[in-house]
Amino acid sequence: MVLIDTSSASVSTRRLTTAKAMVEGISQEMERDPSVFVLGEDVGAYGGIFSSTTGLLERFGPHRVMDTPISETAFMGLATGAAVEGMRPIVELMFVDFFGVCMDQIYNHMAKIHYESGGNVKVPLVLMTAVGGGYSDGAQHSQCLWGTFAHMPGLKVVVPSNPFDAKGLMISAIRDDNPVVYMFHKGVMGLPWMAKNPRSLGPVPEKPYEVPIGKASVVRTGKDMTIVTLSLSVHHALDAADDLAQQGIDCEVIDLRSLVPLDREAVLESVSKTGRLLVVDEDYQSFGLSGELAAVVAETDPRLLKAPVSRLAIPDVPIPYSRTLEYAVLPTMERIVSAAKRVMA
Amino acid sequence: MDNLTRLGLYKTMVLSRSFEEAILRDYHADKKPAWDIGAGLIPGEMHLSAGQEPVAAGVCAHLTADDAVTATHRPHHFAIAHGMDLKLLAAEIFGRETGLGKGRGGHMHLFDPSIHFSCSGIIAEGYPPALGQAFAFQHQGKNSVAVAVTGEGAANQGAFHESLNLAALWKLPVVFIVEDNDWAISVSRDASTSIRSNAVRATSYGLRGTRIQDNSVEGVWDAAKTAIERARAGEGPSLIEVQTVRLWGHFEGDAQAYRNDLDTLIDPIPAYANQLESDGILTPELVKGIAEDAKSRVDDAFEYAKSSPFPSAAEVGNYVFA
Ligand SMILES: Cc1ncc(C[n+]2csc(CCOP(=O)(O)OP(=O)(O)O)c2C)c(N)n1
Ligand SMILES: [Mg+2]
Repeated sequence: MVLIDTSSASVSTRRLTTAKAMVEGISQEMERDPSVFVLGEDVGAYGGIFSSTTGLLERFGPHRVMDTPISETAFMGLATGAAVEGMRPIVELMFVDFFGVCMDQIYNHMAKIHYESGGNVKVPLVLMTAVGGGYSDGAQHSQCLWGTFAHMPGLKVVVPSNPFDAKGLMISAIRDDNPVVYMFHKGVMGLPWMAKNPRSLGPVPEKPYEVPIGKASVVRTGKDMTIVTLSLSVHHALDAADDLAQQGIDCEVIDLRSLVPLDREAVLESVSKTGRLLVVDEDYQSFGLSGELAAVVAETDPRLLKAPVSRLAIPDVPIPYSRTLEYAVLPTMERIVSAAKRVMA
Repeated sequence: MDNLTRLGLYKTMVLSRSFEEAILRDYHADKKPAWDIGAGLIPGEMHLSAGQEPVAAGVCAHLTADDAVTATHRPHHFAIAHGMDLKLLAAEIFGRETGLGKGRGGHMHLFDPSIHFSCSGIIAEGYPPALGQAFAFQHQGKNSVAVAVTGEGAANQGAFHESLNLAALWKLPVVFIVEDNDWAISVSRDASTSIRSNAVRATSYGLRGTRIQDNSVEGVWDAAKTAIERARAGEGPSLIEVQTVRLWGHFEGDAQAYRNDLDTLIDPIPAYANQLESDGILTPELVKGIAEDAKSRVDDAFEYAKSSPFPSAAEVGNYVFA
């Protein structure tokens, strides 16, 4: 069973790709609020390398949709400055892997200004960025790195896995008074030039709606074990759960949707029921999300667990180029099935 | 400039083009009918340098294997002009264990210590390491130089400006190359850069700055000769910007709908062949022979690559640490 929370919006039969759903969210907010604008590399005529801004230039013109030079420090800082003065920028970092050239603007400025000012200054912006691998783009273009951003106090982090959440989380992110890092996996966008999961096309209501930041979603109910995951891995986990069901293992799958704030209650509630936790994370294993979730359970009540917590994440190697190597480290459906069986054994 | 040198420049350009035509063919061959970037024998992003060969050929003609080159996400022409073994290069692009990086790197991450070659997929980030290589050469008492390459789009990145200043301040034996192909993906130079010439920026940082306006391999050769000799003589760093041309898409699969200059592009290789023919250095037979020779070297390299084994999944964790 798939439970998608549609309570905040009317049920829709219109189907969009995740990319189109994101753009629709941005577009409706730009319509509503003249302080919203978009900047980044190739977000204008090109429409975003991963189609995150398609048609916005044509619709809103070059004063609200701006191609920048390849100067991430400058335009990341520009977004922060504009936000401080009351605008609501949406700034795209083409691949999250490029954060290295502009991280100071992100974690020392964007993230900390509200706190350092004693709450007197707000930085309402959206930093949207493409994440993830699976198509042999090598070690500098395939990382997820959400754990890195979630680690920094002051940044909200959202990671949609499907079109419905993509639109709703985008609208919530734009309306939020904090910097929100919006991380979209290339593999969930529904791009015509990349292998795609069938769920990258899905129902999206036409009216604007919010998906609350900080709320996970139980995308499949089950009693034997809880698989907590996010982004593209949600789809692999759902496929794995179908397979495991045939083998008599009934998995509950949680799509976190947000990392900051983290919906600890949703995880604990599910683990209290199933007694088993498998975390599936396309980010590096150590010092990240999977360890954080294990800590959530351990700090609350380790007796909830009938088996040790298990993690399937990138085993602390850079993402390799060659397909045989890359698929040895990515959390594929097959690897989730094996990991789940080990948890039950 | 003697005839042999001119012929050499031509051959280098042809070899690079021949290699990339083969990549182009194989890259697209098995991505049909539904084009999937991750599918086929060569998956992933593919940035080809067709049209920019004059820059690499003209610069690398003055280098030996003891000199360093740091290239970009579009690295093949510099790799080939600097003398990289085509077999190791092809095998890496095909993701094989016999490749330069044993399949771990891919086409944007080529490391060949035997010719001090490296490249990076992060824009402008090849400039800073070149400073270090130049610094090391200086301290080791070597006569070597480091050549760092970027595109004109990269020249708006902080690393570019920091590197120019530091190189000039410490008088490092570096030569910076800017390949101005007018485009950074879909963003034109005029839409991204406040001034027309990076030679001016170089001058303002205290470097010798030159801009070559016509993608001429001989113009590049001349400018590089001076710059590299000065660097070797301890007279400090230079920057050479070349107006070049990106004949193909930013990456393969780029529909280039944003591009309005496609019918004005001049392919520098046939243009140079014509020039050499009219100077009596090349004949149509020689042109044919050079192309065939290049093709057979490339075919051998591809043969080697395609018959090489894939890396073993069990060894994915090797080489994280020394
Ligand atoms: C820091 C960083 N920002 C953005 C990118 C994405 N990107 C890859 S190539 C490219 C354009 C580069 O243009 P230019 O420097 O002119 O080189 P060209 O592609 O024309 O050879 C961009 C923006 C990147 N790889 N690294
Ligand atoms: Mg360029």
